[in-house]
Amino acid sequence: MIVYILCFILFLVGLYGIITRRNLIKIVISLSIMEFSVFLFLVLIGYIDSGVAPIVDPGNPTEKYVDPLPQAMVLTAIVIGLATTAMLLAIAIRLYRKYKTFDIREINNLRG
Amino acid sequence: MNSLIPIFVIVPLATAFLIMILGRIINGFQKTVTPLILLFLTILSFYFLINNNSNSFVYSIGGWEPIENVPIAIYFVMDGFSLILLSIISLIGFLASIYSISYISKFTSENNFYSLLCLMITGMNGVVLSGDLFNLFVFLEISVISSYALVAFGTQKEELEASFKYQVLGGIASFIILFAIGLIYWRTKTLNIADASIFLSSGNSNTFDLFIQILLITGFGLKAAMMPFHAWLPDAHSSAPSPISAMLSGVLIKAAGIYVIIRLFFNMFVASEEISILLTTLGTISMVIGVLLAIGQWDIKRLLAYHSISQMGYVVLGIGIGLIIIARDGKPSIAALAIAGGLFHMVNHAVFKGLLFLNAGAIEHRINTRNLKEMGGLSKEMPVTSGTSFVASMAISGIPPFNGFFSKLIIIIAAIQARFYLLAFLAVFVSIITLASFMKFQRYAFFNKTEHSNKSTLKEVPFPMVFSMILMGILCLLFSLLAFPGIREQILGPAIEVLTNTDQYVKSITGI
Repeated sequence: MIVYILCFILFLVGLYGIITRRNLIKIVISLSIMEFSVFLFLVLIGYIDSGVAPIVDPGNPTEKYVDPLPQAMVLTAIVIGLATTAMLLAIAIRLYRKYKTFDIREINNLRG
Repeated sequence: MNSLIPIFVIVPLATAFLIMILGRIINGFQKTVTPLILLFLTILSFYFLINNNSNSFVYSIGGWEPIENVPIAIYFVMDGFSLILLSIISLIGFLASIYSISYISKFTSENNFYSLLCLMITGMNGVVLSGDLFNLFVFLEISVISSYALVAFGTQKEELEASFKYQVLGGIASFIILFAIGLIYWRTKTLNIADASIFLSSGNSNTFDLFIQILLITGFGLKAAMMPFHAWLPDAHSSAPSPISAMLSGVLIKAAGIYVIIRLFFNMFVASEEISILLTTLGTISMVIGVLLAIGQWDIKRLLAYHSISQMGYVVLGIGIGLIIIARDGKPSIAALAIAGGLFHMVNHAVFKGLLFLNAGAIEHRINTRNLKEMGGLSKEMPVTSGTSFVASMAISGIPPFNGFFSKLIIIIAAIQARFYLLAFLAVFVSIITLASFMKFQRYAFFNKTEHSNKSTLKEVPFPMVFSMILMGILCLLFSLLAFPGIREQILGPAIEVLTNTDQYVKSITGI
């Protein structure tokens, strides 16, 4: 159980970072932390103590296998996360070129 | 018929890649192929909607059959509810792409624009067709990531800032949704919506379910810009190019937000009173506060964006009342009426808000400002824009005989029949303020007399833009026919049947 709680704490660390950090790059990093806490959680769901990789061995039918579906989900989600992070960083670089700063307090054209 | 379902995903996806390859070689390829493909999808979806929408079609990817009644394939499910969404996605997408032909020519890299538009439509079609939670998440991300890029398409200061804000909030929403999907998998050991529904309805519900539902409301509420999570919407929708604003406001917040909320809370979870009251409250708050924030705006696209929040509040209100009645085992006819009102308003909002954003784009195209104070007297120079925006303003403020009147009326009647008198009163009140706000828009933009510096060069926008606006104006009138008995049962009936009768939805997928 302690692993799940640590995982949730990691999620909250990411959320805290997004809310409190002022630097665009640090916000992106916080978002990645949050993202990976979710991936960690998904992998944990499928994990079984002393389970092995899910390749069915006809000679040994009583073998315990870990759940392969969350692993497939995490692989897909990592690719999606890569796209999100790349997009965020691209926008952050363009913002830096326009404003010459990464500080969100100075990037505040949109109000109200 | 079943094998035609993947066309809705494959065709726009293939077009997106073809545009990037062939668009460089063949001149004007992107401009012709995108509207044609979307017209084809529109015709196909309307054909399904009119002929066969009482059946639900199931397509299993890879042809995997259920083993011992456990569905193992990834399913595409096309039922009455998905078909309504599919039709409006293709229709608004088609009109927006026609409109883009002249609008987007002032930007560079048109290929990227059309390619991203196709990808966005792929994602939204996938979301509404998917019968599998994780697949739904993947398609959701396809559509929102392309919309992040489209919001930043102008690459000016405001666009980039809005896109960054949208991405951070959208990213939080995505991971909350993924977390909730993980929890659902943990609890039910399945990702199929129908299969999960069997598990959730057989076991007794506990606080764990409640936690999952609240996570889902937070995640999809962020995508749908319901009130406490609305901060990104006015920035993102006002910064995007106008046809994209029409797509975002008209379709994306519905397909990626409201649709999934409705589908999961009606067809997957057992209706619980706490959650349905929470949804109704969120809807009411968005409805009231959205319109109060809108009334002070002077930027036309921001004004329209705040009205989107308010109008989506109506949809959630209608759906929420339906869910409360189902949870309390009330009269099914009132629940059906409330859901019909919500769905009908969702369709109508796509049409009139799409049209209003196209009008705003037309104004911006000609006089290069979005500030209402700098406009005025445009009705003489731009008669079509003026006329169609008048139609759309009347439709959104609920003036008969336009479509917005009928859907609001149905929601209000349902609220009165269900004895939520306060909600009915608030719906009427918000409608009046909406009218006031659009009177301001009409007066300052089209009728007030002010001197323009470039008055002599001011003329109506090019033909493709005019064409889309007129067609949408006609649809505003035409969709009011959906309120009448006969047509309503034909189009909205099957969708309500799917939502209120979970067993049948489950049966059509698992075959149990």
